[in-house]
Amino acid sequence: MAHDTTVQTAGHDEHHHESPVVFGFWVYLMTDCIIFGSLFAVFAVLHNQVNGGPSGRDLFEYKGLAEETALLLISSITYGFGMIAAHKNEISKVIMWLGVTFLLGLGFVGLELSEFAHMIHEGNGPDRSAFLSSFFTLVSTHGLHVTCGLIWIVTLIVQLMGTTEIPERMMSKLTCLSLFWHFLDIVWICVFTYVYLASMI
Amino acid sequence: MSDLHTSPSGESHGSVSSYIIGFVLAVILTVVAFGVVMSHSLSPSGTLTALAVLAFVQVLVHLHYFLHMGSGSEQRWNNMCFFFAVGFVVILIIGTMFIMNNTAMHMMSR
Amino acid sequence: MLGRLSFSAIPLDVPILVGTFLGVAIIGLAVLGLITYYGKWGYLWKEWFTTVDHKRLAVMYVVLALVALFRGFADAIMMRTQLAMAYAGNPGYLPPHHYDQIFSAHGTIMIFFLAMAFMTGLFNFVVPLQIGARDVAFPFLNNLSFWMTAIAFILVNVSLFIGEFSQCGWLAYPPLSETQFSPGVGVDYYIWAIQLSGVGTLLTGVNFFVTIVKMRAPGMTWMRMPVFTWTAFCASILIMVSFPVLTVAVALLGLDRYFGMHFFTNDGGGNQMLYLSLIWAWGHPEVYILVIPAFGVFSEVVPAFSGKPLFGYGTMVYATCSIMVLSFIVWVHHFFTMGAGPDVNAFFGIATMIISIPTGVKLFNWMFTMYKGRVQFHACMYWAVGFMVTFTIGGMTGVMMAIPGADFVLHNSLFLIAHFHNVIIGGVYFGYICGMNFWFPKVMGFKMNETWGIRAFWFWFVGFYFAFVPLYVLGFDGMTRRMNHYDNPQWHVLMLIAEVGAVLILLGIVCQLTQLYVTIRDRNLPANRDVTGDPWNGRALEWSTSSPPPPYNFAIVPHVHELDAFMHDKENGIDTRGAGGPYAPIHMPKNTAAGFLVGAFSFIFGFAAVWYIWWLAALGLIGVIGTIIARSANKDIDYYIPAEEVARIENEHSRKLMAQAAE
Repeated sequence: MAHDTTVQTAGHDEHHHESPVVFGFWVYLMTDCIIFGSLFAVFAVLHNQVNGGPSGRDLFEYKGLAEETALLLISSITYGFGMIAAHKNEISKVIMWLGVTFLLGLGFVGLELSEFAHMIHEGNGPDRSAFLSSFFTLVSTHGLHVTCGLIWIVTLIVQLMGTTEIPERMMSKLTCLSLFWHFLDIVWICVFTYVYLASMI
Repeated sequence: MSDLHTSPSGESHGSVSSYIIGFVLAVILTVVAFGVVMSHSLSPSGTLTALAVLAFVQVLVHLHYFLHMGSGSEQRWNNMCFFFAVGFVVILIIGTMFIMNNTAMHMMSR
Repeated sequence: MLGRLSFSAIPLDVPILVGTFLGVAIIGLAVLGLITYYGKWGYLWKEWFTTVDHKRLAVMYVVLALVALFRGFADAIMMRTQLAMAYAGNPGYLPPHHYDQIFSAHGTIMIFFLAMAFMTGLFNFVVPLQIGARDVAFPFLNNLSFWMTAIAFILVNVSLFIGEFSQCGWLAYPPLSETQFSPGVGVDYYIWAIQLSGVGTLLTGVNFFVTIVKMRAPGMTWMRMPVFTWTAFCASILIMVSFPVLTVAVALLGLDRYFGMHFFTNDGGGNQMLYLSLIWAWGHPEVYILVIPAFGVFSEVVPAFSGKPLFGYGTMVYATCSIMVLSFIVWVHHFFTMGAGPDVNAFFGIATMIISIPTGVKLFNWMFTMYKGRVQFHACMYWAVGFMVTFTIGGMTGVMMAIPGADFVLHNSLFLIAHFHNVIIGGVYFGYICGMNFWFPKVMGFKMNETWGIRAFWFWFVGFYFAFVPLYVLGFDGMTRRMNHYDNPQWHVLMLIAEVGAVLILLGIVCQLTQLYVTIRDRNLPANRDVTGDPWNGRALEWSTSSPPPPYNFAIVPHVHELDAFMHDKENGIDTRGAGGPYAPIHMPKNTAAGFLVGAFSFIFGFAAVWYIWWLAALGLIGVIGTIIARSANKDIDYYIPAEEVARIENEHSRKLMAQAAE
């Protein structure tokens, strides 16, 4: 449902110069922030309930985590370059940078899925213990958001193709997606710190 | 702030150099966080504190360089929403842990 | 192919349900037939279902709320009748599994689909008009929110005839609601209805928050904003902050049920107490989401019918905001008996009691507004004064239950039931009906019938006390909630009195329907028509435009000079409307079917997910995403009303005003 708030610009008139879309999307992101906050609270309560199964220390690996983090961090800056190109109205560059961001995000989701598949294959799926339930839910909620972001990037690339200038409505869509993408990065900082690294001490 | 431009609609957007500065800072903070844990050079509680501080600083870096949050008057409402949401999340997380730990202690359920 | 769905899911063996189904089917077919006969489908689709006009969406919300009231009240009177019969060996007429579904559906429907929908209806109608805006910030999302709420309500009602509803109470506490103890589809219906309507509510919160922050008329500073808008603002913030937590809590329950996870199960390290904490971290703000706008209604009604400005506007605003903030830190008072220690319970008990202070401030403000005013006892004022009395009692019993020691005795007894009905009926419902009587002429252009309104009030007011004072007593006597039958003969007489109260409330609802009928029948009588747009000598901007307002609300965006902007203009001879122009073309959003389509696909998704029909759920989800993408690619989303058309509508209104002044 992440795209909802980007869709509408109507209802403003002469004294409302500023479109409320970007602000509205920011407000929506704050509610998303509370969803993640609740999931972190659940993880904080349940992270020791391993039910005789493995704990985070037994399961998590530095290598995969570092790769995922690197992909997301690099995708942040590539999206940023896309926004700079958008402000200069260089559409082919915007599409190029969005494409790069898409591939990096896709790589992130792929790595995460293979990590999950590996854990489930070894019998440590989300139904193993309360700890694993909360771990899978928190991390895959983030992954689901990234996936929504990927769908959104493709949508915007398609809508940008063949156009020669970026109208205001498209600019605010790009800005909203930029907020969304960088916001997911911030969530990931909390995930790799409090979920992964803190369990590996 | 000199490298941030503000568009007429009030949303500022960064320049190439500001993105690169933010990126470099983020990489350094991430690497240090990984290094602190992998090297086992600090006590467990010291490591946790260091991680919390590093994560906090990195969130600030991202907010400033990637999400372009600033102190300009046109951003007042963005900032207020953000601090309100963060405040509620803090209440929720600390409150939940307070309640659940206290209950677990009294009910001897853990 | 059809998942868990089969013909055995249709409860043909329950005569009550078959009868209800036949009744609903006959009435439904009759309505559909009439619409077809008069050829109104095109009109409904073009003017209502696809509308993005906040005024029309408001009407649709209120209609939805009234339908939910009938469904919810039917459940209520069935429960009262069961308990009036089922004592000392008599099993009554409702078997436990059916009775449990009824009380679960009653609570769910009354909160999510009566109260929330009514509240959103009032927001939609009043807020843009009060702040001098032409629409909300995101008109399409407004339409989408309505459809998400509506389809969620339909999903709850589908559960009557296909399968079953949850038997776990309105909050579906685990572990009872886990697959181990509730293997049927009931809890799944509950989960998807809550999640889908939650999307709608969250978007409403975002929408109104942004509208109020960004779209106020020039000159309307924060401390010149009408109190109802303030309360809508605070309620929107509460929605945005608390509904995500509900989404998470119910989603985790769903993950337990669908994927065998262990968040709240007895085994696997799960912790059902965590669900209580999460659901009430939403649930407590939720009751303030409902009641704060009711406070806002009274803050508009009492000054209008006392002929005075609101006493203590500033304290009213600060009281509203402090109630909003305090409501975040009281949620444990719903589960003091869970086993937390005295430190936790004392903290949350004291925080709860503190809330009564700003609430008391408000009550005194309303009373001082009436003091030495020229109070007209219009039907609205009956509801307002009835509220003040009833809500005060409900508030005081709330403070009683905020004492953890007392709560150990009263928890989950009928005392609790009496308390929260006391605040929800006496506060929320009285407030919304008061608001409906107050703003009806603005919506429709004619006033509501007062005689039947007052009759409805007396039946509701007296019926409320008959229905719930016995429940207070029964709670002290140790009767717990959600009992299907009981053995103690001393309780029976009180249950009979409560049944009388339920019948009186039924008469109140009948009077309300009669009021609507008489109002519409007599709409053309000169005494009932609202030509000026200002029938009550109102104070805020919504009364400055015509009744019903034109699609663009204000031909010329008003400039606000003072609190009570319209009253200030009237006293100083300023024409708020700016009659005569010059007018400019007005930018308006176009109607769209996207909201309806997303709603319809979400319904398919929800229904399929309840019954494990995964291919259909996937289709529904693809439909939702596809519709949203198609909508985002649509460039034909707005149009301009030409200046000549604006001038024509405005001159027509001016001509009517002059004709009436000449009489």
